[in-house]
Amino acid sequence: MAVVNGTSRRAFLLGSVLALPTAVVSARLFGAAEAARLAAPVIDTYVPAFFAAPEWKFVMAACDRLIPADAEGPGALETNVPVFIDQELAGSYGRADDWYMEGPHDSKAPADMGFQIPYAPSEIYRRGIKATDAYTAQTHQKSFAELDAQTRDQVLTKLQKNEINFAEFGEPILKASAFFGFLLTNTQEGYLSDPMYGGNKGMGSWVMIGFPGARASFLEWIGQQGVKYPLGPVSLLGERA
Amino acid sequence: MAIVNDAVDVVVVGLGWTGSIMSIELAKAGLKVRALESGPERTNAEEIYPKPADQLGYSVRQKVFAKARQSALTVRHNQSQTALPTRRWGAFKPGNGVGGAGVHWTAVLIRPTPTDLKLKTWADQTYKPGQLQDDMTIQDFPVTWDEMEPHFDFFEKVCGASGQAGNIKGVIQEGGDPFEGPRSNPFPLPPLKDTLNNTIFAKAAKKLGYHPFPNPSAAASGAWTNPYGVQIAPCNYCGFCSDYYCLNYSKASPQTTILDAAKRLSNFDYRVNAHVTRVDLHDDKKTAKGVTYIDEKGQEVFQPANIVILASFQFNNVRLMMLSGIGKPYDPNTGEGQIGRNYAFLSNGNATLFFKDKNFNPFVTAGPTGQMINDFSPGTFDATPYDFIGGAKLHSSQAGGAPIGAALPHGTPSWGAGWKKGMKDWYGHSMKVSITTTCMSYRGNYLDLDPTYKDPYGQPLLRMTFDWAQNELKLQQFLRQRVLEIVKEIGPDSYTESFLKPDAHWNTTSYISTHNVGGAVMGETPNDSAINKYMQSWDVHNVFVPGGNAFPQNFQANPTLMLGALTYFSVKQITDQYIKNPGPLVQI
Ligand SMILES: Cc1cc2nc3c(=O)[nH]c(=O)nc-3n(C[C@H](O)[C@H](O)[C@H](O)COP(=O)(O)OP(=O)(O)OC[C@H]3O[C@@H](n4cnc5c(N)ncnc54)[C@H](O)[C@@H]3O)c2cc1C
Repeated sequence: MAVVNGTSRRAFLLGSVLALPTAVVSARLFGAAEAARLAAPVIDTYVPAFFAAPEWKFVMAACDRLIPADAEGPGALETNVPVFIDQELAGSYGRADDWYMEGPHDSKAPADMGFQIPYAPSEIYRRGIKATDAYTAQTHQKSFAELDAQTRDQVLTKLQKNEINFAEFGEPILKASAFFGFLLTNTQEGYLSDPMYGGNKGMGSWVMIGFPGARASFLEWIGQQGVKYPLGPVSLLGERA
Repeated sequence: MAIVNDAVDVVVVGLGWTGSIMSIELAKAGLKVRALESGPERTNAEEIYPKPADQLGYSVRQKVFAKARQSALTVRHNQSQTALPTRRWGAFKPGNGVGGAGVHWTAVLIRPTPTDLKLKTWADQTYKPGQLQDDMTIQDFPVTWDEMEPHFDFFEKVCGASGQAGNIKGVIQEGGDPFEGPRSNPFPLPPLKDTLNNTIFAKAAKKLGYHPFPNPSAAASGAWTNPYGVQIAPCNYCGFCSDYYCLNYSKASPQTTILDAAKRLSNFDYRVNAHVTRVDLHDDKKTAKGVTYIDEKGQEVFQPANIVILASFQFNNVRLMMLSGIGKPYDPNTGEGQIGRNYAFLSNGNATLFFKDKNFNPFVTAGPTGQMINDFSPGTFDATPYDFIGGAKLHSSQAGGAPIGAALPHGTPSWGAGWKKGMKDWYGHSMKVSITTTCMSYRGNYLDLDPTYKDPYGQPLLRMTFDWAQNELKLQQFLRQRVLEIVKEIGPDSYTESFLKPDAHWNTTSYISTHNVGGAVMGETPNDSAINKYMQSWDVHNVFVPGGNAFPQNFQANPTLMLGALTYFSVKQITDQYIKNPGPLVQI
C-alpha cells in the first residue's frame, strides 16, 4: 500500500477491529465506533495518497461548493468527502482496473454510447483540474481554490454546462462536462457511502436524511407501513450515530 | 497445447443458474460432470451479514459483477455505424463467478403466459396481415405450456418461490393474477409482506378495474427446505438485494438452492478462474470433443468431454458458438444463418411519485418486493387499434433503498445547498410506478463478432447491433398513458416521468435490466433456429446451449423462471434419451 499517513494507520486499526469476534466488539472492550472515529483522519492534516498539493486544494474547494455546510446538515468537508475521493483515485477505481480501456477510442462518440474517454478516473481528475486552473488563471488570475464561493459556483456551473472549452486550456480530449460529471458523482458517493471508504464521517449524511446504514435487518419493521423508522444509522464497522 | 485434463462425461461452461441446474441433475444421473467457471469462487461464508450492506462496493462499484475489462461487448444502433465497446456497464450488467448473475439478481421469479409461448400463432390470429412491422421476426417457442408447467413448478420449489397463485388447475384464485396460465400447485410459500408503495399501488390499480397481485418472489417469505434438501431462511427485508449477494441465505441463488447439494456428489467438481475460449469440434464438425480454457495461471488447458453444456449467459453462449464454428453465423442482409439472429432486449419506464408526508422506508424491503398487474400483456388487452404487439408488467416495486442516486423531485438542483436540502426533504418520500416491457425481434437487431476490439485473450468481442423499433416506441407511448392514469388516481404531491420518446434510440448507458435474449434461438427446424426444443445444437448434437439465447423474442415476465424450466426440460431429455442414444433429439 502506497499510503503512508493517517490513512494507513486507519486501515490498520479498522483491520484489527474487523478481526475481532463480534462478542468482543459489542462488549465495548474496544468499541468499533471508537476505533473508527479515532481512525477517521482530520481533513486539515490529512496527507493525500493520490492528489498533489495544488490538486488537493482544488478538490477541497470544489467539494465545499458541491455540498456546502449549512444549518440543514453537514457539508462535504465536515464529512471527509475529499478523503474518499483521494482514496478511490489511489485505488483500483482510479486506475479503471475493471473497465475495458483498449483502443481505439472515439472520444467524440455521442453520449448514448457511454464512456469512451481514453483516461482512467485518476487521469481525468489530473487533466480536468489542470485545465480548470488554467481557465481561472486566465479569467480571474487565480487558481480555482483561491476564488470566492460565488465565483467557484459560477466556474462549476460552466464546467457542468460544458461552457469552458478545455481544448483552449491544453486538454484536447476530455470535455469539461465529463470532468464535472466525475467530480459530482464521486462527491455524492463519498457523502452517502459507508464511512469505511473514507467519507461520510460520523455518518453525518445518513443522520440528516434518515437512512439507517448497514442495519440490514427489518423483520419487525416490514409490517409497519408509513411509520417513520426511529433508529439512527450503524456503519459496517459497527459505529453508531 | 500443453495440458490435457482427465476426460469427463459432461463439461459445463459457466456456473450460474443454468450451469448449476445442469450440473446437479446430470451428476445425479451418474455422469461425471465438471463445471468451468471463468470468474472467482463466491461463497455464503465470505458474504456474511452485514458485509454486503454496502451500496458503494456492491451496487456502484459492482464488486460481484463481471468486469467490463474481461467481458465487454461492442454496441451500435445499426449496420451503418462503427460499434464501440461497453467500457463500463450501462444498459445491462452481467454476472461472473460461481452463481453467475444469480447471486446479484433481484429475484422476481415469474412465469410467462401461455400466449407468450405461442406469440407468433397468436399474432397471426389477432392482427390483420401487414398490420405489424414487416421486419419483425417473432416466432413461437417450440414448447407447450403443458410441457413447461411441471418444470416451472419444480424450479419454484427449488427457489422457495413466494407468491399468490392466480389460477390453480383452471380455478381462478382471489388475489392472484387471473391471467396466469393454469398451475398445478400454489406457490411453495405465501407472498412477501407488502411495503407502503405496494399498498398504494394495489389500491389505485383495483379502483381502475385492474387485477393487482404480489410480485412472485424468489426471496423466501418463510423457512423452506427445497427438493435438494437445501434449507433457505426467511427473508429479513434487509434492503440490499438487487445488485447484492444475499447476506441472509434467503434469496434463491445457485449457492443457496443447488450448489451445496451438488458439491456433495463425488462425481461433480468445478474449476474457478477457468475461462473457456472455444468448444473443440471433431473434424466432421458434427460433434464436439471438449473445450479449451485458460486457467488461473494463464495456461491453456484442453478438457475432453462427451457432452458440452454452454451455460455462460445469453451473449457469451452466442459468442462461444461463433468462436467455435458451431452453426452458421447470421447475415442480416440475406437473412441466412442462425447464430446471432433475433437478438432482443427489453425496455422500461416509470413515474416517480413524491409525497411530503409519507414515509416509505425504502431500506426496509426485499429485492422482489412489489405489486404488479398483468392486465397489459399480449392476450390480456386489445392492442390492435394501436398497431403494436406487446405489453408489460406494470408494477410498483421497491428493489432497494440505499441513498446514492436517490430520486428527487423535478426542479431540485443537481448539486449545492439545494441538492442537499432535496436529499434531506425527499429521501424516503417517493415510490415508483413502472413498466417492464416485451421486446419483439427484428431482422436488423442481431449479434456478430466485432472486427476491431478484442478481449484480454485476443478473441474478438461480440458486437451487438440493436435499436428500438417503431413497435416498441408505440408500446411505450400507450403504456405511459396507463401509468399516468394510475399516478393521477394515486395523487402524489408531484411526480417525474421517464419513458421512451417516440423518436428514441437505445441509450446504452442507463441500466434497463440484464434480460438479454435471443441470438441462438430455439425452434422447430434448423431453418428457423440454432437449437431445438431441448436447447440442443442442430449442428453439433452433443452441444447444449441453455440460456436467454433460446428465446425467439422477449416477453414481459423476467426471464429466469422460463430459463430454469427450459433447462430442467432439457436435462430430463438428456438423462432419459440422449445418454442411451446420443444423436439429435428432434428428427427433421
Ligand atoms: C441486477 C440483475 C437483476 C436481475 N433480476 C432478475 C429478476 O428479478 N428476475 C429474473 O428472472 N432475472 C433477473 N436477472 C437475470 C438473471 O440473473 C439471469 O436471467 C440468469 O442469471 C441467467 O442465468 P444463466 O445461467 O444464463 O447465466 P448466469 O447466471 O449469468 O451465469 C453465467 C456464468 O457463466 C460464466 N461464464 C461466462 N463466460 C464464460 C466462459 N467463457 N468460460 C467459463 N465461464 C463463463 C459467467 O462468469 C457466469 O458465472 C437479473 C440480472 C441482473 C444482473
